[in-house]
Amino acid sequence: MAKLHFSLVAPERELFSGDVDQVDAPGTEGDFGVLAGHAPFMTALKEGRVTVRDGSAVRAFDIQGGFADVTPEGLTILAEHAVEAA
Amino acid sequence: MASLKEMRNRISSVKATQKITKAMQMVAAAKLRRSQDAAESARPYATRLASVIANLSAGVSGDGPKLLSGTGSDQRQLVVVATSDRGLAGGFNSSIVRAAKEFAQGLLAQGKDVKIITVGKKARDPLRRVFGEERIVESFELAGQRTLTLASAQPVADAITRIFEAGEADVVTLFYSRYKSVVSQVPTARQLIPAAVESDGPAKSGEAVYTYEPSEEEILETLLPRYLTVQILSALLENQAGFYASQMSAMDNATRNAGDMIRRYTLEYNRTRQAQITKELIEIISGAEAI
Repeated sequence: MAKLHFSLVAPERELFSGDVDQVDAPGTEGDFGVLAGHAPFMTALKEGRVTVRDGSAVRAFDIQGGFADVTPEGLTILAEHAVEAA
Repeated sequence: MASLKEMRNRISSVKATQKITKAMQMVAAAKLRRSQDAAESARPYATRLASVIANLSAGVSGDGPKLLSGTGSDQRQLVVVATSDRGLAGGFNSSIVRAAKEFAQGLLAQGKDVKIITVGKKARDPLRRVFGEERIVESFELAGQRTLTLASAQPVADAITRIFEAGEADVVTLFYSRYKSVVSQVPTARQLIPAAVESDGPAKSGEAVYTYEPSEEEILETLLPRYLTVQILSALLENQAGFYASQMSAMDNATRNAGDMIRRYTLEYNRTRQAQITKELIEIISGAEAI
């Protein structure tokens, strides 16, 4: 399966960058999941959890608002504040 | 000629100064590393945000938000000058202040209205002397903030937005020092409002039909204030790195100069001491001969 290039960037630093299978994020108009080849799409994010799945590996980040930008190149999340959830 | 005791004192005082400058140089070097890292890790966010805004603004029909398009006038200028809070960093602060001063004086000569916001102690005092108290509308200090975060830039961004929205400014320009390398920091002006978005060509927005949630305008309207804050933060971070780099080389110079001085004084001290001993010997010998 094609991989999705995903990067999660907070103002202070880049938290995640790499190729993954799926990313779930909390949009202001509802949660959504992004796979590779998603249509170009941009949304505001609310406070919540971003889940990154790659194979059987799952990583989660708690974010406080931000933006998600899906382009043909991949998904970029600009989070206002983000920490990796334990 | 100075007495031996005076010369000894002078040498030991220069030595003490050298110890201080040496310590400051090492502290600055350590802090430089950290602030360089901070500046670099903040860069992805700023560039991504810029490209997102570039994409968005290419798609927005009409004028878009005021923060992006400006008010259509350039009569009232707001100049934001960011320096450090501390000195002892060579020409770092004065070069930023000089660039801002020339810019503001140029605007005044064109009959424009100029207001100034200063960030950092070292901007406020010289600019107040030149332009007077009433032109400086706000002053911020970063004192005590070891790590700069969005929260450090937020008050400055809020003040700018407030002034802009009150209709008291048409164009906002930020002055800071761009960190090129350890030996080179360039005073730079960056236009904040209307937002100068470097768009990498309209190609992207043309080929892809974006879906926006909520609407394009709403996203842009919340993104732009954030972009303002991020730009200020990145300027502050670059400033900080530049400051430490500049302080490091200034203190390195000072340490070297102190070393030169110590060598010169020691040489002089030894000469005087030898001359004195020779003189005393001559006195003793000629006294003995006389008997």
